[in-house]
Amino acid sequence: MSDIDLDGTARLIRSRIIETSHASGMPHLGSCLSLVDILVAAYFKVLRIDPAHPLDPNRDRFILSKGHGAPALYQILALRGFFNTAMLDNYGADGSLFGEHPCTPDLLPGIEAATGSLGHGLPIALGMALAGRIQKRAYRVMAVLGDGECNEGSVWEAAMVAAAQCLDRVMVIVDANGWQATDRSASITGGASLAAKFRAFGWDARDIDGHDSRALVALMSAPPSGRPVALIAHTVKGKGVSFMEDDNNWHYRSPPAQEVAAAQAELGVL
Amino acid sequence: MRNAFADEITKLGHEDQRIVLLSGDIGNRLFDTFKAAAPGRFINAGIAEANMMGMAAGLALSGLRPVVYTITPFATTRCLEQIKIDICYHRVPVIIVGTGSGLSYGELGPTHHSCEDIAILRAMPEMTVVCPADGVELRAALNAALAQDKPVYLRIGKKGEPDLHASLPDFQLGKMITMQGGADLCLIATGNMVASALETAKFLAERGLTARVESMPTVKPLDEARLGDLFARFPLIAVAEEHGPIGGLFGAIAEWGAGRPGTRLLRLSAPDAFPHFVGSQEWLREQAGLTPPQMARAIEDALVQTRLRKAP
Repeated sequence: MSDIDLDGTARLIRSRIIETSHASGMPHLGSCLSLVDILVAAYFKVLRIDPAHPLDPNRDRFILSKGHGAPALYQILALRGFFNTAMLDNYGADGSLFGEHPCTPDLLPGIEAATGSLGHGLPIALGMALAGRIQKRAYRVMAVLGDGECNEGSVWEAAMVAAAQCLDRVMVIVDANGWQATDRSASITGGASLAAKFRAFGWDARDIDGHDSRALVALMSAPPSGRPVALIAHTVKGKGVSFMEDDNNWHYRSPPAQEVAAAQAELGVL
Repeated sequence: MRNAFADEITKLGHEDQRIVLLSGDIGNRLFDTFKAAAPGRFINAGIAEANMMGMAAGLALSGLRPVVYTITPFATTRCLEQIKIDICYHRVPVIIVGTGSGLSYGELGPTHHSCEDIAILRAMPEMTVVCPADGVELRAALNAALAQDKPVYLRIGKKGEPDLHASLPDFQLGKMITMQGGADLCLIATGNMVASALETAKFLAERGLTARVESMPTVKPLDEARLGDLFARFPLIAVAEEHGPIGGLFGAIAEWGAGRPGTRLLRLSAPDAFPHFVGSQEWLREQAGLTPPQMARAIEDALVQTRLRKAP
């Protein structure tokens, strides 16, 4: 994985997500596009995982707590070799495992938790990290949350307990694209710093450019240091396509064919 | 019952290194022995039940056997979505123990009562719902719950309940336990109403009526074989539970028995209302018509009506 072209991989995944949205009419396109660089850094550079042994008890765990980013997760799991990319042609079809939110982990290799209702992923991540401590395994657990998701009280219950239990093998990455379904996050939450909130709960938290792959890899790979870690990854909803960026209509819209072509031309993927 | 739980889980936690006990900041000193023996496997998860249930799911997804313990409303309705999604949808073996169920905490008021939890928890796919009648059934149920690979809800009382079984009955999840034989009617009770059911049978005996009394610890799945036998044999089946009238044990039996001719079902439950005046568990039961003399009278009336209806 050392010679992987992170930027090119991210552009390929963005293109595939846009194709899927066009073909299936799936929503949450903007939320998927903001997430891609975080996923690429995690899956190609950081997580200690082996697609040939998806249930290895010592593997690192990745939980997409913002489950509506599932179309992006499926693409990266396929590209990483957990299952055949052709399976994704089935996305959203009647009887498909590939829905708008991840299925239960017993049904699809690489999936660690069935998310979709927000605020569930971090508590599950804490349980997995506690299990690692009890079983004396050194794996780490990464949970990606949306900034909108941080409206949920259960996120802050978990933030309290993770710090109290010194779960330094838990890492939260907030895909902070600044939007939620119907409004700017700041207008709903008051806009106070998420990093400051996590720090107040006892976390090691910092702000980062969520599209800077090298910075993401460096911070995600830092060794545990006694406290849980939160990276507030500032991203752009709809990242990578000029006419989708920071336009919240793409929380629900899917692109017609000519917009797919325009997007792919911008991404340099045809 | 909670002392029996603490004792049994301490014993089991010693034998089975997979057991992790999570408490929602209750059980002061109750788990000191467990904590001393397995400090890494006791987690005080704080007054944060949604997170506690999610953590339990994460532990179970990693091969451990979490047992979650707090006061019943906070172990059930407070964090229902985590139970539904994180535990039931994921089909993971988490044991949820609700203590002080029904009207046990009478004086604490409806915030601490639970008269809808059986209905709500049994509506969750994959969930097994068990209401042990005493410490003996509780210990057996806990062992049985740990032996299966599915979510289980254990609805237990508080403390000081008498043991009804002299020794461990032949306990299986999904099976009823016959407490005494009788010919005139059958009285089925669950959890902390089994003791009252036995008392009720004594009042009925004074009136010349013999009641078969069944303890039904497992509300889901139902013991359909036994129910079929009882429906075939008795003209009146009375169902007693410290729970509201909707969706509890009575509801489960009525759903199953709908359309079966010949047997009348009598519901002995708390009302579909919050008690706005506090009182002891005994006083609240009296208000609900759930004391043994009240239940005996209701059963006698129902029996008379049943016989009148059958008369030519």
